[in-house]
Amino acid sequence: MVTLTKAPPTAPAAPPKRARRRLSQDWQLYSLAVLPLLFFAVFRYAPMVGNVIAFRRFRPGGSMFGDDWVGLRYVRMFLADPTFWQVFTNTLIIGALTLIVCFPLPIVLALLLNEVRIKRLKGFVQSVSYLPHFLSVVIVAGMVGQLLSVDGTVNALAGTEIPFLQRPEWFRTIYVSSEVWQTVGWGTILYLAALTTLDEELYDAAKIDGAGRLRQTWHVTLPGIRPTMITLLILNIGTFMAVGFEKILLLYNPLTYPTADVIPTYLYRLGVVSGNFSYGAAIGLFEALIGLILVFSANTISRRTVGTSLW
Amino acid sequence: MTGRKVFNVINAVVLSAVVVVTLYPFLNIVARSLSSEEEIIAGRVTLLPRGFDLTTYRLVMSDDLFWTNYRNTVVYTVVATIISIVLTTCYAYVLSKHHLRGRGVLVGIAVFTMFFSGGLIPNYVLVSGLGLRNTIWAVVLPNAINVFNLLVMKAFFESLPVELEEQAAVDGLGTYGILLRIVLPLSKAIVATMLLFYAVAYWNSWFTAFLYLDRADLFPVTVYLRNLIAGATDATSTGSVDTNVAQVAANIKAVTMVLTVVPILTVYPFVQRYFVSGVMLGAVKG
Repeated sequence: MVTLTKAPPTAPAAPPKRARRRLSQDWQLYSLAVLPLLFFAVFRYAPMVGNVIAFRRFRPGGSMFGDDWVGLRYVRMFLADPTFWQVFTNTLIIGALTLIVCFPLPIVLALLLNEVRIKRLKGFVQSVSYLPHFLSVVIVAGMVGQLLSVDGTVNALAGTEIPFLQRPEWFRTIYVSSEVWQTVGWGTILYLAALTTLDEELYDAAKIDGAGRLRQTWHVTLPGIRPTMITLLILNIGTFMAVGFEKILLLYNPLTYPTADVIPTYLYRLGVVSGNFSYGAAIGLFEALIGLILVFSANTISRRTVGTSLW
Repeated sequence: MTGRKVFNVINAVVLSAVVVVTLYPFLNIVARSLSSEEEIIAGRVTLLPRGFDLTTYRLVMSDDLFWTNYRNTVVYTVVATIISIVLTTCYAYVLSKHHLRGRGVLVGIAVFTMFFSGGLIPNYVLVSGLGLRNTIWAVVLPNAINVFNLLVMKAFFESLPVELEEQAAVDGLGTYGILLRIVLPLSKAIVATMLLFYAVAYWNSWFTAFLYLDRADLFPVTVYLRNLIAGATDATSTGSVDTNVAQVAANIKAVTMVLTVVPILTVYPFVQRYFVSGVMLGAVKG
């Protein structure tokens, strides 16, 4: 236990004095928030304001916030840009596939793990399944490249010589499977935590009512972890548009652009590589706004229908 | 009870498959890194190394750039983790004080950034405008606070008994004293978890460095590896064994991957339970 090194110097303060002390202590608390607030102001909120360059002409070497107002010029530009619509569609498809596949699998795996009665076995499976979460996306992309290369395992097993990473029709499958590989185990943690809080008596009651394992899972377990499921679903929907940008950047190449190029990779090439900052910012702002609308809508719908929400 | 048995068998099969599929890519790169070029090209390397060959390890480890970049990764990780843990602890502690006026606003400022961000281009313009390009600060500052970590830590601080801090205040300790002498000693588990979360994230990160650093001698090892995989550089900037270079080029990638991943795999078994308990803390209480 903690032992205080100094004995109390005086008798406890009287109530008015305590209020004053509390105030001075609050000031000390506020002072602790100064540096973090500076961080948020500079590296989170300034870039939000910096989005005005989407409506201003940015000149290299000119002001960070652009030089002249050009109104919706850049917005009209991307709305008329066929490449933009192509990458927009790709973003929706990859985002939807990822959500449909990567959201339910951790729940299934958590339910399966929960049925394992041998503790050490359960721990072993968990440890192994968490492991990919701790790898750099660069390593994951490297592994994907090795496994799918012409001389790699997948071709060896299938007896084929397909250059998977050069084929646009394979990209989505590759992306989603590698995403599953990397996230499914880690995704079980929150569900397993939620499962430990379930009341055993509910199961006993269900057994008395004659429910088998499956019905117990359906009527007790799933409703029990529903708040966790919904919270994670809302969060997933919020990041729907921000598909795994870094991984796609590492895995794609001009041959697979037709299916692999998404809004973030497009605006990386357009903005950073080619230096069209204002145009890139306009697309980025559009993307961020869709994400914001999605998460707010999901949250509102969820609060109205099932009563669980993030705020 | 036979239904139960059938289920157990199926469950065991499924979970074994999960283990095999998860571990296989690791074993495969280790096998490739230790195999000879002909065996790799012939597609015969799967689980075990074939045509055992350590030339590539010698080659990669004799590359000065590889070691420079490896050292950069260590430096960036240490500096960034320290900055992150200090800022996160301070802010999480403030947010955990429910009586504080304006606390809701302070929480909102952090949480809003989870759902809306400035985006790539404004961030790029900002970091360039601040003159951080080609400095360590471009890597360690822009992501100093992770809001998810912040909320987990806040939940932990909220779970500490209030009486202890009140008693300390009565005994004459100020806010800083309470945080340093009372709260932090009780929070070793969460601080350790946060240190690990941040350290792993910085060790693995590549994109910020890729974006803001132009000089090869400043790269972290992840960018070295990325350039290698993308074929953007010859891995062997100092490779003098010219006839061997072409021969071993393909498994250089495997060797570099193994060397980059080794530190994480080494500490993983020891720190794994902290990660888990850390996330659980946030999940159950958050």
